[in-house]
Amino acid sequence: MTDAPARTDPRPTPARPTLSEVAATYPERRPPRRRAWAAVRRVLRHVALIAFGLVMLYPLLWMLASSFKPTELIFREPGLIPTAWDFGNYTDGWNALLDPFSHYLLNSAIVVLGSVLGNLVSCSMAAYAFARLKFRGRNLWFAIMLMSIMLPIHVIIVPQYILFSSLSWINTFLPLIVPKLLATDAFFVFLMVQFFRGIPKDLDEAARLDGCGHVRIYLRIMLPLSLPALATTAIFTFIWTWNDFFSQLIFLTKPDMYTVPIALRTFVDATSNSSWGPLFAMSIVSLIPVFLVFLFGQKYLVKGIATTGIK
Amino acid sequence: MAVIQEVARTRGAAPERRKGDGRAAVLFLAPWFAGLILVTAFPLVASLYLSFTDYSLLEAPGWIGLENYTRMFDDPRFFQALKVTFTYVLVSVPLQLAAALALAMVLDKGLRGLAFYRSVYYLPSLLGGSVAIAILWRQVFGADGLLNQVLGFFGIEGVGWVSHPDYALGTLMVLNVWTFGAPMIIFLAGLRQIPAMYYEAASIDGAGRWRRFRSITLPLLTPIIFFNLVLQLIGAFQSFTQAFIVSGGTGGPVDSTLFYTLYLYEKGFGSYQMGYASAMAWFLLLVVAGMTAVNFLASKFWVFYDD
Repeated sequence: MTDAPARTDPRPTPARPTLSEVAATYPERRPPRRRAWAAVRRVLRHVALIAFGLVMLYPLLWMLASSFKPTELIFREPGLIPTAWDFGNYTDGWNALLDPFSHYLLNSAIVVLGSVLGNLVSCSMAAYAFARLKFRGRNLWFAIMLMSIMLPIHVIIVPQYILFSSLSWINTFLPLIVPKLLATDAFFVFLMVQFFRGIPKDLDEAARLDGCGHVRIYLRIMLPLSLPALATTAIFTFIWTWNDFFSQLIFLTKPDMYTVPIALRTFVDATSNSSWGPLFAMSIVSLIPVFLVFLFGQKYLVKGIATTGIK
Repeated sequence: MAVIQEVARTRGAAPERRKGDGRAAVLFLAPWFAGLILVTAFPLVASLYLSFTDYSLLEAPGWIGLENYTRMFDDPRFFQALKVTFTYVLVSVPLQLAAALALAMVLDKGLRGLAFYRSVYYLPSLLGGSVAIAILWRQVFGADGLLNQVLGFFGIEGVGWVSHPDYALGTLMVLNVWTFGAPMIIFLAGLRQIPAMYYEAASIDGAGRWRRFRSITLPLLTPIIFFNLVLQLIGAFQSFTQAFIVSGGTGGPVDSTLFYTLYLYEKGFGSYQMGYASAMAWFLLLVVAGMTAVNFLASKFWVFYDD
């Protein structure tokens, strides 16, 4: 910025030094002792940050450790290393409910898979229309779409329940999946509109000249170029659906249809103090998929939050 | 030749609507539009209608006018639910954002291992909404839970935090503050946008650290703070899972964690008073909309856009 005038002036003018460069020419601002102090402070900062992180994650680590402890130790041992091991928690927990826990994992997996596919297809289609097509009332519909993001689900859950129950959809996965096929997670429409707008228009103009219609531009140009946005959508849909409790609690009431969160809820309600070990073990099992997605999808998670502010 | 004709045609129509766009829009928007009508708009209107009826799922809805609303304003548990929810939102959201900003400032100092710290602090945000974490909370803050074991180590005798009406809501607030990672990442992205030049100039003018924070960081960050505030407020108003699991679905002890959404669930799906639940739902909508509107209006006085 500071050397902008140099471009119009043919003579080689020295670029104006930046403020930090000016500051650097001043005689040694930091005597050696202060520099050593700065190094100490840097180390201290790391120590503090690590200690803070440890405190934050301690409950999680403790739950993991406790899932290998006999239940009575869970209520006596705040440490991380079990003094006695009990791997039986996992087998006990797995078989504690009517169905083996794998049944609930499978149910959750079906709901999650359907939701992810639904969101990817329907939200990207809507986003293409908002980002690339010119049609009557586009701004109005776009505004309505934005507002629907803020609508609390609790406001519409009662009529939704009535609607789905009149279709005999209660205790099926349809009430959880079909809305995703209809792009009701408008947040992802917004996310993809933002992304599509960043793709150079020249690309679709060129394709159009070569005779491509909108369907082909969408399939062959926009989607392949939007993999980061699609990945972010898939990852967040995965985590939200996996953790979702409210709608699954309402639409799934038959034990056979329970997903992981609902199964855990039944488990905790039936748990006396004697079976916290198995309960912790299944809680850990339920967190593993989210943790894996976190581990491998971090790049997209961070970018997704930073650009749109989702959780 | 065909290409040239195509060029001529698109050129002519280029500035505004192109031929075929309208039809393509219908195709591409069809799923979204169906969802908007069937899953969102129709239920929205239906719940307004139901709020004037005594619908209980068994018989056809009967019109009772404003009775649900008058009953609501005579219902002490309704007011308790409002009080609990507002207390939760107004205490935990500012604390959460303060933690997020503080940590973002520390991490923004260009220190090594940023990605690592960011991940560690962010993890709770991803897990915080799950039933598993709510179960963990119920144990950690229980009478014989982890917290009391640690306190006992220092010779302090704790109470059963989740079963004590004075503290139960506090444990849920702690849970919300614990998930400060998501807003922290947004703050970090915002801090990156502030030109280093400003800080250098201020330093040369002799501004201390606090002064630079007050006069540069804070004003330039207000749009981000505002954005986080709106998002977190709306989210906090709707929290359900944690209170439901920690209190075993009751909102107890003594209704001290009776979140608005919990009470709505209890009315609508516990005792099938769907008319009453719909009235509560519409009241919630008005509160959330009103709060967001106030937020946007108030933002004129404190949010600073640097352009």
